[in-house]
Amino acid sequence: MSTENTTATAAPAADSRKKAPAGERVADWADGRLGIYSLAKANMRKIFPDHWSFMLGEICLYSFIIIILTGVYLTLFFHPSMNEVEYHGSYVPLQGQLMSEAFNSTMHISFDVRGGLLIRQIHHWAALIFLAAMFVHMMRVFFTGAFRKPREVNWLFGFLLFVLGMFTGFTGYSLPDDLLSGTGVRFMQGAVLSVPIVGTYLSMFLFGGEFPGGDFVARFYSVHILLLPGIMLGLVVAHLILVFYHKHTQFAGPGKTNKNVVGMPLLPVYMAKAGGFFFLVFGIIAAVSAIATINPIWALGPYRPDQVSTGAQPDWYMGFSEGLIRVMPGWEINAWGHTLVLGVFIPLIIFPLVLVAIAVYPFIEAWVTGDKREHHILDRPRNAPTRTAFGVAWMTWYFVLLVGGGNDLWATHFHLSINAITWFVRIFFFAGPVIAFIVTKRICLGLQRRDKDKVLHGRESGLIKRLPHGEFIEVHEPLNKEQLHTLTAHEQYEPLEIGPTVDENGVERKVKGSQKLRAKLSKGMYGEDTQIPKPTAEEYKEITSGHGHH
Amino acid sequence: MKKLSARRRHPLAAVVVLLLALAATGGLYAVFAPADKAQADETAQSLAIDEGKKLYAVGCSSCHGTGGQGSSDGPSLVGVGAAAVDFQVGTGRMPLQQPGAQAPKKKVIYNQAQIDQLAAYVASLGAGPDIPTKKQVSPEGADIAKGGELFRTNCAQCHNFTGEGGALTHGKFAPSLEGVSPKHLYEAMETGPQNMPSFPDTTMPEKSKKDIIAYLDAVNSEKTESPGGLKLGGLGPVSEGLFAWIFGLGALIAVAVWVAARTAKAKKS
Repeated sequence: MSTENTTATAAPAADSRKKAPAGERVADWADGRLGIYSLAKANMRKIFPDHWSFMLGEICLYSFIIIILTGVYLTLFFHPSMNEVEYHGSYVPLQGQLMSEAFNSTMHISFDVRGGLLIRQIHHWAALIFLAAMFVHMMRVFFTGAFRKPREVNWLFGFLLFVLGMFTGFTGYSLPDDLLSGTGVRFMQGAVLSVPIVGTYLSMFLFGGEFPGGDFVARFYSVHILLLPGIMLGLVVAHLILVFYHKHTQFAGPGKTNKNVVGMPLLPVYMAKAGGFFFLVFGIIAAVSAIATINPIWALGPYRPDQVSTGAQPDWYMGFSEGLIRVMPGWEINAWGHTLVLGVFIPLIIFPLVLVAIAVYPFIEAWVTGDKREHHILDRPRNAPTRTAFGVAWMTWYFVLLVGGGNDLWATHFHLSINAITWFVRIFFFAGPVIAFIVTKRICLGLQRRDKDKVLHGRESGLIKRLPHGEFIEVHEPLNKEQLHTLTAHEQYEPLEIGPTVDENGVERKVKGSQKLRAKLSKGMYGEDTQIPKPTAEEYKEITSGHGHH
Repeated sequence: MKKLSARRRHPLAAVVVLLLALAATGGLYAVFAPADKAQADETAQSLAIDEGKKLYAVGCSSCHGTGGQGSSDGPSLVGVGAAAVDFQVGTGRMPLQQPGAQAPKKKVIYNQAQIDQLAAYVASLGAGPDIPTKKQVSPEGADIAKGGELFRTNCAQCHNFTGEGGALTHGKFAPSLEGVSPKHLYEAMETGPQNMPSFPDTTMPEKSKKDIIAYLDAVNSEKTESPGGLKLGGLGPVSEGLFAWIFGLGALIAVAVWVAARTAKAKKS
């Protein structure tokens, strides 16, 4: 299609009476109805900057497409029904067992449909990788400050995609109605039940009666294949449109400003790169799926509420909620004939808070800085120490909870006591983020100091020179102009000052509480000891003028 | 007679009389006691018990007491039966290497003959389950699917879906069942070693035990096929998640770095 466009613009000049080639006629036909020429003109030369971390979002997009394609294939064979049937497929150890039609049809897909198991495994591996890629993509955006104006809405779209991805994954994991996923659904139902007053009603509503009932697979099915993916698809399109509209961010460097984008055009460079990358992603996911088993439902067996297995964990993206519940003490309040199960309800409350903590940070930062300008140049993480430290603290929090979610496997594989791990998680749920914050901030400041030294004194060359009077010095090579620019391109915020609250006449000025809080946060984020003042031109001149060494 | 009466005040006289009396009692008992066992078996059995007792005195008595009565360091062995000894010593769990949350499986240090002797001695202390016969533990003719159902109902909550093992509290654990012989599986169910509950024939009949052994033989032995590829330990979503992050996303990021590094150079465009 793209090549036809270029010939279309070039051909008429040569001979207008000759009949145009077929491709051109098709393109003309389409242009008359869809306006593709102007669209192409506007977007074909769209510039994208080059950096490996800008391709993380592509991994998300491609794995999402792979999930949709394989999911469609799976729907052709899956029966979302909980009617009880007897198994008579080709897997021997389940012969004659009673199971739901959902489980039976998943067994059928795995053993008796051509390519069924591979497609199932691609679908499931791609889902795990999709969520992992979204997590890494989100962290890339976070640590480089790519969420700043004008991209706050897109940050939220991305965050929503991650959360919806979690729930789409959870509902999909529940569909085969195997012993593992059934335990997961039971876990979720337990969490719903712990909600005061409405919990039991909600549970009855969700499951159409007592758990497990005969409805939830069919209900989860329409949520999993229609509702959530539909919303996600819309959000993905909106996300991409906004990426186009805002243009891509870029790292600071010579020639790169807030008003331009330095990189390669969409066509042909990125079309080829992105197209090729899609097949690489598909290939790697297919290879992983061909090599390693995922969710071997035949080994897990069909779900029965009276059975359970150890090692019953959700897929990794729900692991932190498992961690929350595993390490929470089993507190209960019994009063007036009612039970408030704090041991489940508190984790249920913390679950969304963990996610929201990272989602709201950009808005808090924008409020504290009061910065209304657009930012298209990315920060290096070290140059925003508080933000970086906050991000690492959050990831530590998340990881500590993941450890809690897999506490039994940590215990068996590292020969530890599960109780010790649980206590470790309980303590580091609070202490871990604080330690991570402090350590990360110190590392960032150290890196800033090193950058400053490099700018002012040059790069350590490793050459040792002996001076006539016997002193040894190391020769430092000055950086070139490009490197100097890159290392000093970042801005540094000044902490917000409220100013004197009493004027010269002794009249008190009222300061709102929110403003006081803002000033305090600002001092914490940009005040003393939160950044190393970057070298000024005067400093540089003073040091580099005259002596060859410092 | 004179000789005898002359020596009746000899310091060893009492000992001699006692010995004679004991011999007489023993002899009379041997004559009049009901002969309820085959003679040959009896001697072989008592020989085994004797040998077992010697082995016991060296290897076990420091914790379980000189007569198997138990001590502060080890439980009483009266009534645990031969099956328990065959399991604990036959899997290397006993003798214990060091005190701890639970005795782990390790190198077996007695040979089967010695284990049988130990078992005979411990069985002589009090009635308990016997070592099962080959026929009892053979998975042949058993119902694998039924065994799976029984396994998921009774065993999976500690040992995992297919017997890969799992954690218990305070460093205790349910071990992996991979490579455990049918005899030891049977004995473990019967005697409930370490932290495991016991499933005697009254709660789980012999037939059900065979079904479970057959199920494990089908899903967790070297002949088990893994239709989906690598099993990743058969541990469920935790190992799958690790694999997805390290090998799935890891490979994708490596490829992204590679693609980004091989770009069209600026001068070409």
